[in-house]
Amino acid sequence: MSKEVEKEKSMVLQKEMVARLFDELSAANETGKKVVYTFVPGNLSELILAFDMLPVYPEINALQSGMRKLSGNYIREAEKFGHSEDVCTYVKCDIGMMLSGNIGPTGKKLPDPDLLLLSYTGCFTFMKWFENLEKLYPGVPIAMLHTPYQESGKITPDMTEYMVKQIKEEVIPKMELVSGKKLDEEKLNAIIQNSIEIEDLIVKIFDTTKNVPSPIDAYFAGVYYIGPINIGFRGTKDAVDYYTELLKEIEYRVENKLGPVTPEGVMEERFRLVVEGPPNWTNFREFWKLFYDHGAVVVASTYTKVGGMHDLGFRHDVKRPFESLAEYCMNCYTNLNLTQRISLLSKYIKDYNADGLLVNSIKSCNSFSAGQLIMMRKIEEDLETPVGFIESDLVDPRYFSFSNIKNRLDSFFQMLDQRRVILKDKTAVI
Amino acid sequence: MKNIDQILEHCKELAFDLEFSYAKNWKSAQTDRVLIGYMPIYFPREITHAANALAVGILGTGDRKQIIKGDAFYQSYICHIPRGIIELALDGNLDEIDGFIFPSICDVIRNLSGTFQILKKGKFVKYLDYPQNFLSHIGGKFYKTELLHILHEIQKINNIEVTPEKLNNSIKLYNINQRLLKEIYNIRQEYPWRISFENLYYVVRAGMVITVEEHNKILEDVLEFLNINNGEPMDKIKVVISGAFCEQPPIGLIKTIELAGCYIVDDDLLLGSRWMKGDVADNTDDPLNALSEAYMNLSTFSSSVYSVGKPKGEQLVQLIKERNADGIIFAAPSFCDPALLDLPVMQKACDDANIRYISFQYNENTGQYKVIKEQVGAFSDSIKLWEDTVSS
Repeated sequence: MSKEVEKEKSMVLQKEMVARLFDELSAANETGKKVVYTFVPGNLSELILAFDMLPVYPEINALQSGMRKLSGNYIREAEKFGHSEDVCTYVKCDIGMMLSGNIGPTGKKLPDPDLLLLSYTGCFTFMKWFENLEKLYPGVPIAMLHTPYQESGKITPDMTEYMVKQIKEEVIPKMELVSGKKLDEEKLNAIIQNSIEIEDLIVKIFDTTKNVPSPIDAYFAGVYYIGPINIGFRGTKDAVDYYTELLKEIEYRVENKLGPVTPEGVMEERFRLVVEGPPNWTNFREFWKLFYDHGAVVVASTYTKVGGMHDLGFRHDVKRPFESLAEYCMNCYTNLNLTQRISLLSKYIKDYNADGLLVNSIKSCNSFSAGQLIMMRKIEEDLETPVGFIESDLVDPRYFSFSNIKNRLDSFFQMLDQRRVILKDKTAVI
Repeated sequence: MKNIDQILEHCKELAFDLEFSYAKNWKSAQTDRVLIGYMPIYFPREITHAANALAVGILGTGDRKQIIKGDAFYQSYICHIPRGIIELALDGNLDEIDGFIFPSICDVIRNLSGTFQILKKGKFVKYLDYPQNFLSHIGGKFYKTELLHILHEIQKINNIEVTPEKLNNSIKLYNINQRLLKEIYNIRQEYPWRISFENLYYVVRAGMVITVEEHNKILEDVLEFLNINNGEPMDKIKVVISGAFCEQPPIGLIKTIELAGCYIVDDDLLLGSRWMKGDVADNTDDPLNALSEAYMNLSTFSSSVYSVGKPKGEQLVQLIKERNADGIIFAAPSFCDPALLDLPVMQKACDDANIRYISFQYNENTGQYKVIKEQVGAFSDSIKLWEDTVSS
């Protein structure tokens, strides 16, 4: 575990971008920059950038706290404050962090919000989360953006109209009020133009896993790749540069038939997996190593699509800026119905030639978890693809049971091995 | 007035008939009748009534049915109600129900709609996305399109067109229903010993599976009974129950609270039956708009509705004051995100208003009440003793 992680140029670029953001946040009180607290799914980065505001993502703070082994104490703080053991640990971690002084991942205090932008996309708990924050930050204006669920498997004109009206009449006026600026549509369109470029790049990046060996891990490394696009850099030149560099590095790996870079070194591919569900953050590296040890590369994951389904064709649109902002929100993974989610997973299994599907079912996240068991059964029946199942949590260390997860993964990989032998035998007989 | 014991017994049978026999018999009497199942919390039943459909409340199985298949659909950390609903669906109890409505109250109920879609239950499955924007021309307009969608689905089944007259008539009937329920609750607030909360619960819950016309008759009879001075007051405190709006507590738990020294004078157990704080306009050219406006402006507070400028904690405190209650029991189902995430906010409001409370969690099939009885009993005693100390 103490092995030095190999750093590529894109990693350095991302680190610098994030550090700059947190520096700006730390200095927000002095510079007068306004701060917006908001969520990753359905985030309105383009609008936030157009108003020169700075974003804070409470769920990113929570996962960072999880990776830094701070979340356990924060969660206990929130439980002392009255929160049940049963509820979302992202919420509790964030509230616990706030109650403990709101010290961000860089060790500096995060500024209080000037605006709470509640982009209520694909997760009911977001709404409850911000109702709690409203109490903890009294007087801070809240802009509520309700994203209708794709219950029928499609986005209707009524849904888009409902969202556009909210963006124009609820979100933008509050942003104008807080920032003291009028919306500059030309500036917004220039930002959106960058977003489109970034979206094209990230689709190409995640599509490289069609190669054998896959040059990247689309889950464990994928969560780093989606960082900039999801935490406020979508629409920036910095992010265009980052994704351009990242794609270049990955293309080099493809040309040289190199496997994914992992903290343990370059991985040799034995199994190709699709993963459904968020990762565990408290034991992220241990968790990844369990896959590394078996040569299990994740070639596609749904978690990396919580910030948008660009691979299914969605792009922001300068000709329809507000409509496309609305459609972006409605297109996030957790806003898809179960049938759409099954179709997507099935497509990934086929397109990326996966050996199996693994579900990491998260105790905290009903949006992901409720319904996963029928999804698994349906995929197993329809595609005859092996499906594995493990359980953990986002940031509550009490729910990461290493031995249970290891046992289940060992069995799953043994089963995949055995299946390979059987399929080979069958082919030989034919 | 009919014999009250017979009425209550009838309501008890209706409330827990997991075969939904009344609804199925009602449907079989005419070929163009339709049954629409709906999950908690609120559903505007006026639209189904106007479309010659009966809205049937589906509240899980409680402790009345062993869950075997349903457990295979959900992880241990997901609440109990969807397991019971799946069990009912897979055992055929819901077979004659034509369509299913899943109101947007949480991620579990939302994803249960997807499970029903995959299992191909009913002729249609609709996740009813309630707007969280409360401006008429934004959220109100969106809500109307949601309701129209349901009406179109019903019309596809029975070919009945809903006219403004029909819908106004349905609104009138449900206004009467709501007024009767309010009157019953108001009388019980003063004289809670006249009918136990357990019996009141049967009466309200029965209304979720029968026609509004029949339920109104039942409510009129119950009201008549309540206006008669009967029973003797006991030395109990008055409490409000909060947090039980979706997965219902078992009857044993309700009885336990009453036996442990509490009169329950208000609650959110079947909140959807008492959703509107006033009458819906029942004489307009656009009754769908009237329903939408009522949802925007007359809805009660709920953990599933975003509270813009109307903090739920304050509304709960207001309710306690209006009901002249001594305290509050926060009783929420395990793993219920909406109720449990509201708890700190609600409890803070109670602390600020010096309102006493206790809190516990349950499942719809909880079978052990001893700890709860001790907790509620101690709560009741402490309030009674505290009051005595203050007055002396």
